[in-house]
Amino acid sequence: MSVPQPGYTFQAHWEDEEVLVFALSGRVSLDDADRLLADMEAVLGERSVGSVTVDLAGVSYMDSAGVLTLFRLEDRIRRKGRDYGYTHVPSRIRGIMELIGREELEKPPLRSERETEGIIETAGDVGLKIYLDFRALMIFLGDLVAALVHLAGHPREVRWGDVLFYMRRTGAEGFPIVGLISLLIGLIIAFMSSLQLKQFGANVYVASLVSLAIVRELGPIMTAILVAGRSASAYAAEIGTMRINDEVDALATMGFDPIRFLAVPKLIATVIVLPILTLYSDLFGIAGGLIVGVTGLDLTPYTYLQESQRPITLFYLLSSLLKALVFAFVIAWIGCQRGFQVRGGVEEVGAATTSAVVTSILLIVIVDSVFAVVLHYLR
Amino acid sequence: MDRLTARFGDETILENVSFDVFRGEILCIVGESGCGKSTLLKHMIGLIRSSKGRVLVGGVDIAAADDDQLNLIRQKIGVLFQSDALLASMTLGENVKLPLDGFVGLSPETVQLIVRMKLGMVNLSGYENHYPAELSGGMRKRGGLARAIALDPQILFFDEPSAGLDPVNAAELETLIRGINTGLCTTMVIVSHQVELVLRIADRVMMIDREEKGIIATGAPEELRRSASDPRVRNFLFRVDAERRKG
Repeated sequence: MSVPQPGYTFQAHWEDEEVLVFALSGRVSLDDADRLLADMEAVLGERSVGSVTVDLAGVSYMDSAGVLTLFRLEDRIRRKGRDYGYTHVPSRIRGIMELIGREELEKPPLRSERETEGIIETAGDVGLKIYLDFRALMIFLGDLVAALVHLAGHPREVRWGDVLFYMRRTGAEGFPIVGLISLLIGLIIAFMSSLQLKQFGANVYVASLVSLAIVRELGPIMTAILVAGRSASAYAAEIGTMRINDEVDALATMGFDPIRFLAVPKLIATVIVLPILTLYSDLFGIAGGLIVGVTGLDLTPYTYLQESQRPITLFYLLSSLLKALVFAFVIAWIGCQRGFQVRGGVEEVGAATTSAVVTSILLIVIVDSVFAVVLHYLR
Repeated sequence: MDRLTARFGDETILENVSFDVFRGEILCIVGESGCGKSTLLKHMIGLIRSSKGRVLVGGVDIAAADDDQLNLIRQKIGVLFQSDALLASMTLGENVKLPLDGFVGLSPETVQLIVRMKLGMVNLSGYENHYPAELSGGMRKRGGLARAIALDPQILFFDEPSAGLDPVNAAELETLIRGINTGLCTTMVIVSHQVELVLRIADRVMMIDREEKGIIATGAPEELRRSASDPRVRNFLFRVDAERRKG
């Protein structure tokens, strides 16, 4: 972008030895603000003056930035103990002069600008933030468990209509994507492992490798991550939006416990649906492996399924479902908590949504690691 | 505005609407909800371009302007939206500074002073480092006004300026609107359905009707109250009196 030519001209002349007059004419606008100040100061710098008068008779247009420039010049001259004044001020410019609060230009901000903190302060802030976040999560977990205990004794208070709604949203609407991704994951594992096992003539072990990997680990964790991406974010966004619209406060004033009303149906729905989705994911993962086994490894479907079934014990199947239950609890807990912690405006909803997904996936992986160790020793 | 017709799908909202806005006046466009006030405003600020009719700003037709022409026109206009429309991720000062970003050759000190000056004009001195979420509704609205006047626009458009404000904040905003109109000689177009605001602030009122799909009355508020015979106009302009009597 080029700098436009100035719209103004000015002449400086001395009325006597001490009084300098700037006769300004033309248009003075935002583009000219700094240039005009520099031009006038250049004239002033040449010799000492007793007073300065700015004659505005020839000014056809001046905006507030132009007036601000004159004020800045006035301040600098007055600070040197010199007199300063205006003549022939058009009424429009006088109006702008009256609108600008001179003292407010000097007023410091009520709050200082954000400053870059040192490493120690940053580390301290991060540590404090993690602690406060952990505390908030634990408090919400306590509230959620208390609500569940209460509703276990009063099952008619549960909003079963909402439970069905969220089962459909989280479960039924998630079937296509969970099925497709599980099928592709099974296919990839079978294909990659077959490349290695073929060299040893151990094609048939592809089936057991795929089924074991899918049932023990990938089925529950992949399904949980997909549901976290779809539903934890949706829960956080929904409750967060309700918070900024005061809907949550409205519920409280009507005598409803917002956690029982909003969080518990989502929790129950997720806990019911995720194990079902996990079983479904297991089946599709094995089907993905079956496609590779039949088309690329010359195995019959019967042989492949027989081999797939061999390493799967009831313990593995139940532990997989138990994991899915715990993952479901984590997803609903984090999704709802992030929604409830929204304060302020809409930008907070976006942050809460992102945080819900990231935190729930992180916790799912941590919980899965704990399961891996505990189940190993249990078995 | 010259014979503007606005349609959404098959539905015609406004038909052959023509009127002028005079330099320095405060024109209030009024009418019941759904009559096309906001649609008209969006045409005037170039957010919607009609294929039928012309919207002339300084002789240039917004509806036919290319992007460069439209950008030049937009430097001459400011808009205060119904919701303040301040960007939440920026401080108030950064919001007000935003329109100044296109101007090269201004020193950071000058830009900072201009921001302070504009915030001072709307009674928000000292709040440049606050985020919109930390301000009250009235303050955010005034912040939106400070951003709208950052470039000393020739025309300021307001969409329901006092919507959602309590009477104290609404009165403060009205005083500011009047002050900016006088001080900066800014032409103002206000879309509102709030009769009290219109009667207090307007130099001229223009009423739009949904069934007529156009203007049914125009004139100074007191003149309309005195002489309008159309019951729709009278009902609207005397609604305040009727409510006061009920109250």
